[in-house]
Amino acid sequence: MTIWLIRRLSQALVVVLMMTLIVFIGLHAIGNPIDTLIGPDVDQVQRARIIQQLGLDQPLWKQYFAFLNGALHGNLGNSFVYNIPAVTLIIQRLPATLELAIAAMLFAVILGVPLGLWAGLKPNHISSRLIMTGSILGFSLPTFWVGLMLIMAFSVGLGWLPASGRGETVTVFGLEWSWLTLDGWRHLLLPALNLSLFKISLVIRLTRAGVREVLPQDFIKFARAKGLSPMRVIGVHVLRNILIPLVTVLGLELGSTIAFAVVTESIFSWPGAGKLILDSINTLDRPVIVAYLIVVVCMFVLLNLLVDIAYRVLDPRVRLQGDQ
Amino acid sequence: MAKHEHAVATSRSPWAVAAKQFMRSYSAMFGLTLSLILVCVAIFAPWITPQNPYDLMQLDVLDSRLPPGSENGLGTYHYLLGTDGQGRDIYSGIFYGLRISLMVGLGSALIAAVLGTSLGLLAAYAGGRTDAIIMRVVDLILSFPSILVAMMILAYLGKGVSNVILTLVILEWAYYARTARGQALVETQREYVEAAHCLGMPHWRIMLSEILPNCMPPLIVIATLQVARAITLEATLSFLGLGVPITEPSLGLLISNGFQYMLSGEYWISLYPGLALLLTIVALNLVGDRLRDVLNPRGQS
Repeated sequence: MTIWLIRRLSQALVVVLMMTLIVFIGLHAIGNPIDTLIGPDVDQVQRARIIQQLGLDQPLWKQYFAFLNGALHGNLGNSFVYNIPAVTLIIQRLPATLELAIAAMLFAVILGVPLGLWAGLKPNHISSRLIMTGSILGFSLPTFWVGLMLIMAFSVGLGWLPASGRGETVTVFGLEWSWLTLDGWRHLLLPALNLSLFKISLVIRLTRAGVREVLPQDFIKFARAKGLSPMRVIGVHVLRNILIPLVTVLGLELGSTIAFAVVTESIFSWPGAGKLILDSINTLDRPVIVAYLIVVVCMFVLLNLLVDIAYRVLDPRVRLQGDQ
Repeated sequence: MAKHEHAVATSRSPWAVAAKQFMRSYSAMFGLTLSLILVCVAIFAPWITPQNPYDLMQLDVLDSRLPPGSENGLGTYHYLLGTDGQGRDIYSGIFYGLRISLMVGLGSALIAAVLGTSLGLLAAYAGGRTDAIIMRVVDLILSFPSILVAMMILAYLGKGVSNVILTLVILEWAYYARTARGQALVETQREYVEAAHCLGMPHWRIMLSEILPNCMPPLIVIATLQVARAITLEATLSFLGLGVPITEPSLGLLISNGFQYMLSGEYWISLYPGLALLLTIVALNLVGDRLRDVLNPRGQS
């Protein structure tokens, strides 16, 4: 296990290093890095000074190590637009995105597991077919299109829920949270539902497949024969056995939910990191783009690593197979 | 039933059997018909629309934001689906937008298919270090969400139809490569490949004329679904303002243009292009799902 862990850690490190290399090369290959890193409204004397200060007159490999060093110290330059460190900016905006992503994951579990259970227990019932058709739509419909429809129905048409912003927030631990106020929940509901649509479909499919696989097995027959109530058989014996794949997939999906939050945040004007990166791309605020990429890549690699470790801890079969 | 179908399969070409099975599904035939209609509409757009929405001479600003069914200023034709903020006919805009969307979707899928399949075959056939390098790159691309990679590339490249196609190719080739490699690994072990070696066939000929045809079924399934995926992703990127430029609007950009008017109740500018996008994606998915059932009896998904 220790050897595996070391190997896996170094693998993750290599991926992060490669990504920084790609970002660095991208920064240099397309467009002059001087224009990228220094604002356009700087005169010649200052320009020369900043070039020397930033080490842009050094050979490329030295510059890469300087860039890496900066990244390690959380120093990736200041935003052109906000004029504060890009990393700080991202970290300020990240809680809003995380709040949205976690709310979406909760929706996926709360709605997806019961629907998937139902579809798995009664596979030929008309309602189950409806659920499965719905999940196909959830997979294939573009997120932004569904978001527009939600706004059209619930904000413009019925006027029940607001179409943009975070609403009233409460500051806890120095961070602002929407889910502690009723107004915040009203603002959170539509974007979270929009973001969770794909995950709901995924959870429905996984749960249904899991139920279909577990139901015919002997221990379920035994539990039934023992006279356990159907609720207990489903709630304990079936559900517990489909939980492992579900938890794994949801863990892996958290990363992509954060990435896809860009779309939802842009539709609902949710002030998170995704909205920030989009605005930065449009205003060519490159330090923020680079910082966002590096932060998200690190987060991603870390999540994958945690899921991998959790999987080995939870499932002895994987552990045994891997150690041989 | 499976036994019976197998008996039929031995007497006829597998492709004919697959086609016959495909036609048995009404929803798939509906999807296929719809896809063909949409392709025709896109090709013949200039001949079946009353207006070229990107010829400024034909636009009338006085006609902007008219609801569906209004007559144009000169009284020569009706705006069946209304007009947008610049007085463009939505109906014509959709047909022209469909051209761009389909071109990006089909173009990127085709290039990615050729590139990905070749690399996948090469990886399987060459093995060793070539295989390892190609597959690590595939893993790397597949381990990140598509939207993140696309944003990253487009942030560097900037807007443009060719840039979007390039981005989609970079994202998609990995799926073809993985599938082609998996299938080719099985096929290279077969006797007919050994026989071809003994006959002294050159490697490239064995790869292309012996192994490739046997890898086709799963690749066709992937290609259909990838076209739908590419169109979705392109629409999303254009909606976010990262995809195609305003001069070559796809369906996603049309939807995005209408978004600002939607909150004031002018729903048609976004809604109808959205429905066109929806029809396209659903049609392709119906075809793809049926193809998967027909060509992949073991169900690899």
